[in-house]
Amino acid sequence: MNALATHGLSKSYGDQTVVAELDLAVPKGTLYGFLGPNGAGKTTTIRMLLGLVKPSAGRAELLGQDVNVGASAPGVLDKVGALIEEPGLWPYLSGRSNLLCMARSGGKDERLGRIDEVLELVGLSCAASKRVKAYSQGMRQRLGIALALLGSPEVLVLDEPTNGLDPPGMREIRGLLRRLSDDGVTVFVSSHLLFEVEAMCDRVGVLAGGRLIAEGTPSELRAPGEHLRIEVDDAARAGGVLAALRGVEVEAGDEGSLRVTLGDGLDPSEVNRKLVEAGIAVRALVPERRSLEEVFMALIEGSNS
Amino acid sequence: MFWVELFKAARRWRTWLLGAALGGIPIILVISLLLSPGSGSSGEDGPPFYELIVRNGFFTPLAALGALQVFLLPLDASLLSGDAVAGEAATGTLRYLLVRPVGRLRLILSKYAAAVVLITLLILWVTIVGLVAGGAAYGWGPMPTLSGSTLSPGAALLRIGAAACYIATGMGALAAVGVFASTLSDSAPGASVATVALAIVSQILESLSALAPIHTFLISERWLAFVDLFRDPIVWGEMAEGLVAHALYAAVFVALAGAILAHKDVMS
Repeated sequence: MNALATHGLSKSYGDQTVVAELDLAVPKGTLYGFLGPNGAGKTTTIRMLLGLVKPSAGRAELLGQDVNVGASAPGVLDKVGALIEEPGLWPYLSGRSNLLCMARSGGKDERLGRIDEVLELVGLSCAASKRVKAYSQGMRQRLGIALALLGSPEVLVLDEPTNGLDPPGMREIRGLLRRLSDDGVTVFVSSHLLFEVEAMCDRVGVLAGGRLIAEGTPSELRAPGEHLRIEVDDAARAGGVLAALRGVEVEAGDEGSLRVTLGDGLDPSEVNRKLVEAGIAVRALVPERRSLEEVFMALIEGSNS
Repeated sequence: MFWVELFKAARRWRTWLLGAALGGIPIILVISLLLSPGSGSSGEDGPPFYELIVRNGFFTPLAALGALQVFLLPLDASLLSGDAVAGEAATGTLRYLLVRPVGRLRLILSKYAAAVVLITLLILWVTIVGLVAGGAAYGWGPMPTLSGSTLSPGAALLRIGAAACYIATGMGALAAVGVFASTLSDSAPGASVATVALAIVSQILESLSALAPIHTFLISERWLAFVDLFRDPIVWGEMAEGLVAHALYAAVFVALAGAILAHKDVMS
């Protein structure tokens, strides 16, 4: 079953379309990265998923149940934890009181016992009794994540969770999300930090102009256009050998190396074998993968034109 | 959620400042009268308690409430109710409450109930401070009524309590308008100002006799009817009308607030 899904989900304001017929399916237990430039419709999509914004068309589903906007709350939200843009906190209450007030306001009661546990998880135990007014941005962000984790959620929807954290803090939160995902929690995380998504997500969806323009595992997204950097003793002869292979493009690389682009179905070991058979000594054969950032930029540019 | 609202209010300086400011009014009233024992009368439009205040400590809370009801109590009711939804929107907590999940209708009802309880507590607080300050200055002798008879201290306390509760219903009606305004705006001060403006405009229109035909629909029209509790026998007519009018105002505006929030895209 999908933990989270949308079917033809659309939102427009007047004649401006923010999200257009979006079909998402995130299986249970997946750590899903939701990428897109600012204004791509990520936040609107997340708000529709959580029943805050009414779709113009289509529907959103959490754990197989429809999410509706109306007088009463969709009960399924009990099993969902969320961070939507910045954390929302009462500045005049302490960190612990913020969690307490949110927990007591509605939803499951068993959350109360988890307050100390989630404060510990996000590393805020020491500052828990300080007023939130005195918190740094990083501490506010941690408290926001603590709040999302409070209900032992089956699904976590996090919008830019590492916003405002320093690099060790980001690493810590990424590790936490990875552990939660390994424990079976479905994590849906939006980000504009590509290395972050690349480092932690099982699957990635790229949103641009309100449409899903690409989806797959990070390596699937990166795969087309993979390069090899080859260092040999005789670059000229090696270039000749490789140029004769079908589906291979050869360019001169830096410092006498060769930059080779492989077509579909060609394995780097095949290239190596051909070179060695031709009596060329191969010093190094290094796959140079495109970063997700390059892929991302190419996709965005492609979708704009 | 209702109890959480009261807990949050108790943790805010604002609530205690309001209490201190309102509690100060009857004390100032008593002190100023003690300092100028000759004058005990007020302007033409004020409730007729000022003339009586020097005679009896039971009148101090009523004089204080009568003075506060013109502006300060509506201001506080607007402040507390205008904050209901817009204040949560401004701190960004509204979206988190809704995904907790708290039902949207339940959120409105809890917020409204908490605002009414807080306003009622503030009114009772003014009443108690007034009783203590007035009693300390003038004693609690038998209370004269506007009809000339006197009330035993027990009966006087009962009627003062009833007056405070009646005033609270009027402020409750205004708070419903405040909660409604609060669903229309993401700015709590904006919603509060609109609400207190309504209370002021209503009182101005009320004073224009040319507009007499519409007076019955004005929110503040029956706010002063509690004076009738201090006639002998009590005149119930206008207060009964007032209770119905306040209940109608509350029901209509809370329902509107619920309907608006239930269909609103929460973008805050």
